[in-house]
Amino acid sequence: MAKAAVKTATAARAPALAGRDFSATGVKLAVLAPAERISLRAPAASVAALSKALGVTLPKAPKTSASKDGRTALWLGPDEWLVIDEAGGDPLADCAGVKALHSAVGVSHRNVGFSVTGPAAAATLNAGCPQDLSLAAFPVGACSRTILGKIEVVILRTAEDAFRLECWRSFSDYAFAFLSQAAVDAAA
Amino acid sequence: MAATHRISGHGRLTPAKTVRFTFDGQSYSGLAGDTLASALLANGVHLVGRSFKYHRPRGILSAGAEEPNALVSVERDAARRTPNVRATVQELYDGLSASSQNRWPSLSFDVGAVNDLASPMFSAGFYYKTFMWPKAAWKSLYEPKIRAAAGLGVSPDQPDPDHYSARFEHCDVLVLGGGAAGLAAALAAAETGARVIICDEQAELGGALHFEAGTSIDGADGWSWAQATAAKLAAMDNVRVLPRTTAFGYYAQNFVGLTERVSEHLASPGHDLPRERLWQVRAKRVILATGAIERHMVFADNDRPGILLASAARTYLNHYGVAVGQNVGVYTANDTAYAAAIDLKKAGVNIAAIVDLRDNPAGALVDEARALGIEINHGRAVIKTGGRLRVSSMTIQPKNGGGERNIPIDALLMSSGWTPSVHLFSQSRGKVAFDDATKRFLPGTYAQDCVSVGACNGTDGISATLDEAYAAGEKAAKDAGAKAGKSAKPKAETSESWAGGMLGAGPGAGADTTVKAFVDFQNDVTAKDIRLAVREGMRSIEHVKRFTTNGMATDQGKTSNMHGLAIAAETLDKDIPAVGLTTFRAPYTPVTFGSIVNHGRGVLFDPTRKTAMHGWAEAHGAVFEDVGQWKRAWYFPKPGEDMHAAVNRECVTVRKSAGLFDASTLGKIEVVGPDAAKFMELLYTNPWEKLEPGRCRYGIMLREDGFIYDDGVVGRLAADRFHVTTTTGGAARVMNHMEDYLQTEFPHLNVWLSSISEQWAVIAVQGPNSRKIIEPLVEGIDMSDEALPHMSVREGKICGVPTRLFRMSFTGDRGFEVNVPADYGQAVWEALWAEGQKHGACAYGTEAMHVLRAEKGYIIVGQDTDGTVTPNDAGLDWAIGKKKTDFVGIRGLTRPDLVAKGRKQLVGLKAKDLKVVLEEGAQIVADPRQPIPMTMIGHVTSSYWSENCGRGIALAVVIDGRDRMGQTLHVPMPDSVIEVEVCSPVFFDEKGERLNG
Repeated sequence: MAKAAVKTATAARAPALAGRDFSATGVKLAVLAPAERISLRAPAASVAALSKALGVTLPKAPKTSASKDGRTALWLGPDEWLVIDEAGGDPLADCAGVKALHSAVGVSHRNVGFSVTGPAAAATLNAGCPQDLSLAAFPVGACSRTILGKIEVVILRTAEDAFRLECWRSFSDYAFAFLSQAAVDAAA
Repeated sequence: MAATHRISGHGRLTPAKTVRFTFDGQSYSGLAGDTLASALLANGVHLVGRSFKYHRPRGILSAGAEEPNALVSVERDAARRTPNVRATVQELYDGLSASSQNRWPSLSFDVGAVNDLASPMFSAGFYYKTFMWPKAAWKSLYEPKIRAAAGLGVSPDQPDPDHYSARFEHCDVLVLGGGAAGLAAALAAAETGARVIICDEQAELGGALHFEAGTSIDGADGWSWAQATAAKLAAMDNVRVLPRTTAFGYYAQNFVGLTERVSEHLASPGHDLPRERLWQVRAKRVILATGAIERHMVFADNDRPGILLASAARTYLNHYGVAVGQNVGVYTANDTAYAAAIDLKKAGVNIAAIVDLRDNPAGALVDEARALGIEINHGRAVIKTGGRLRVSSMTIQPKNGGGERNIPIDALLMSSGWTPSVHLFSQSRGKVAFDDATKRFLPGTYAQDCVSVGACNGTDGISATLDEAYAAGEKAAKDAGAKAGKSAKPKAETSESWAGGMLGAGPGAGADTTVKAFVDFQNDVTAKDIRLAVREGMRSIEHVKRFTTNGMATDQGKTSNMHGLAIAAETLDKDIPAVGLTTFRAPYTPVTFGSIVNHGRGVLFDPTRKTAMHGWAEAHGAVFEDVGQWKRAWYFPKPGEDMHAAVNRECVTVRKSAGLFDASTLGKIEVVGPDAAKFMELLYTNPWEKLEPGRCRYGIMLREDGFIYDDGVVGRLAADRFHVTTTTGGAARVMNHMEDYLQTEFPHLNVWLSSISEQWAVIAVQGPNSRKIIEPLVEGIDMSDEALPHMSVREGKICGVPTRLFRMSFTGDRGFEVNVPADYGQAVWEALWAEGQKHGACAYGTEAMHVLRAEKGYIIVGQDTDGTVTPNDAGLDWAIGKKKTDFVGIRGLTRPDLVAKGRKQLVGLKAKDLKVVLEEGAQIVADPRQPIPMTMIGHVTSSYWSENCGRGIALAVVIDGRDRMGQTLHVPMPDSVIEVEVCSPVFFDEKGERLNG
């Protein structure tokens, strides 16, 4: 232990694009508050134990998510989930005690979350996302790791006319600029 | 100027809604709803351009997208100048300013027209044959001159101030074409509840109903039915109606590109409106209702202004209320031109004569024309025309020869029949089949989930078209999963037929070399050019096309392809299907670059990635360099410093005290699982099993071929958890490389990879004072040399937030890399900066980082390696686990060429003159007196001025370099030869004592 362990001021958190928003006819964009996130990888045999520890049942079907008490698990691949906790919980700590085979890696700061809401929300995303975002093909709760223009994003439909979009931190400037430009044309 | 050729009571435009525009500086008046072409014709203007090669005066041929002649420039302002706009599709707006192209000094007197007189010289293939010698003149003289003389308008030379947007869309049924067939199909599909998109290139849906006056559907005239149906569709929630939208490309799996012209028709488009919108539609089913295009007749001088397609003249009359002439001739080989003659006659225009190539034309239309008193000359041909800037006469003759007769006219309508538009069908990779009875290529074998209806499918008559289209719409919706709908099928009461016609050259297209019977107006290809191509040995229609340029350029042979093919087939004495059809390619009509690029301009051209500390660096005057998509601080000049002064100061300060460096852009991968060490053993050359948690190792990753792929420091956080770093540029590909091997070669391993590049901001603190700077801010980590030796890692807290603290060095001095969650990066940097200020530390950028590592001979993968460098070549044999039996690249390393003598090895170079900094990439030779080309034995990979060493230093790869220590080699440069001495790549602190200094 270093002898000069002077108490210093705790570093202030400076999230990317904090507080930014934008609106256009039929659509509103907002940068979401920081959340706790983990990238969770596990074989099928571990899903039950991890679900129990996390308090949310990890979905097994492609393009689906499960949500409980402010914590959402998004299916990203056959053995991969993105877990987002907006209620102040610590999913990394919750997984730490699980004996079943898995990999939980903290990525809270890796991602920036956006909300895209309003009747033209899907059209805004479809300016750069090739997926079918109709309610029939992409119902509430549907999620996907996909692209927006030239970057990779994860999208989650949180309501009929609302989406959450996540991208990596350094791509957030691009994502916000793209969404802002797309929003202006989305009512067409 | 008043519109002199508008006939009151005709057309669908509102006479009161006048719109002003200019053409070649002259002011005119048109009506809202006009195209530029219809407005010019309303003012009696036929001459609108000069032809591509011969500079012949040209007029308006068509009323649609197939227009080959009427290409003009439309200019909104200096930056918004669009060349090659087809006047027939450009909608008029108030203040539109258009000008003609390819003429000098003026449209009516064009010097380039001398080409027309000299035309025997400009036959097909002329360019290929004439400008072969001297070869060098092609680039400097011939090509620029030919391009200037044979241009198609002038490209804009300013950045495009407009913006463009894009949308991906999905639907059950996509209907391409909004004529009667498309509307009926869309209606049937829409009424099932299916998601339907219908697009049409024109401003209003209706297609041929623009001109077909003899059609009535469901008790209304055809046009009214079309408008009512389009409105009904637009009002349905499940339907998107896209007018002014061209389906230009049909790609794999029913992926269709549409370009919508959003504001091109508006006088002052709103700021938020894009100029165009690109729709990329994935449809479960596609219905092709693309119609047919009328063909012209091929005879001598068939290109004079005032000569146009019969259906075009009818469109101008019935839709725009414009008479194309007052004394009009008609030359035809089918019935549809009769309908045009009848409509014009009824509107009070004199029809000088109908000339019909057929011997015994008969039927209701022929009878009606005769009853109206129109002279019909059957079994006769128009063999030439007179006039210069406007047609003034036609000369007719019995088709098998005989007496000629000259008839004065001021316009000539022509029709040789209709070509089904199979462009999009063909783009979908469907195979066309030749229907011998009707001499048409029709959709044959389908390759995708689509169906053709109406005229593009060879279906004649509105009744049959509506039946076919409606059934296809219902079926497509059902096949796409929709339930059966309930609705009434549209029923046609009266209709017109489009059948019949002829292909190829008429009697007036003679073999005489002076005759110009145009097949392709846009490329100035005549019937004799096609015959010449065949005589010169072209057998395939693809060769004929390229030799003559028939069917090339913006119109893509919409009117010319079939004629060209028929003439080639006749000359070859083969049947048309035996000669074949050229391939239809996207785009159907020209698409702007803006539409294709759409949002991807300016800041959205490519993502610009910035680290969490970017703002601090910017505020402290950093100059940035682009590293891939990242902006990295390059150096931090103080007032008055240039780059060299700043870098020298930064390099000296780091070694004297310490420096802070933003290393956040390094790739970082967390490797987790019980088999993590096994996986690392397989992916890296180094041994990992015995690396203790809390320790780090410099790892090298190879490709299968044994060459270095990436490198980086790896920390073992726990038995089952590694924190791997990669080069900045390698971040994504190393992750892919690892994932690829894990999934395909080592799927039995229980290990997972997660990218954490952006989770952690990384602050490198390097230099003798680095520990003193960090220590006061850290909790829970003993930073003594015993507890935290070089190449170790600890987890704890700094400034009250979590950190992964690495002790490692890329400078050769004592060093640390402080990893903190990215959102804390700036605050922790600022805290470290404040501590650093107490010790005289500096912030340093990538340039100083490069110099400092070069002083120590540390390689940079991709700079000192180039994909052909092995660990041994780079002097890194020590990083290969000697007892290891397997890792990616282990077999590659034993290849004979990789172990033979004579490989290029990494060495240091010192110029004899201390002041000299070698050029990176410069070649190295042993003997500078040898003749050129000299034998090159290596090249410089890195070279810098080292203020710490007081001299220029360089790294290089040289054949058998390690055996040449102390030898003098030479670096030939343009102005001198530099003498260099081969040395160790470590220039500074050779014993490595400063790592703990």
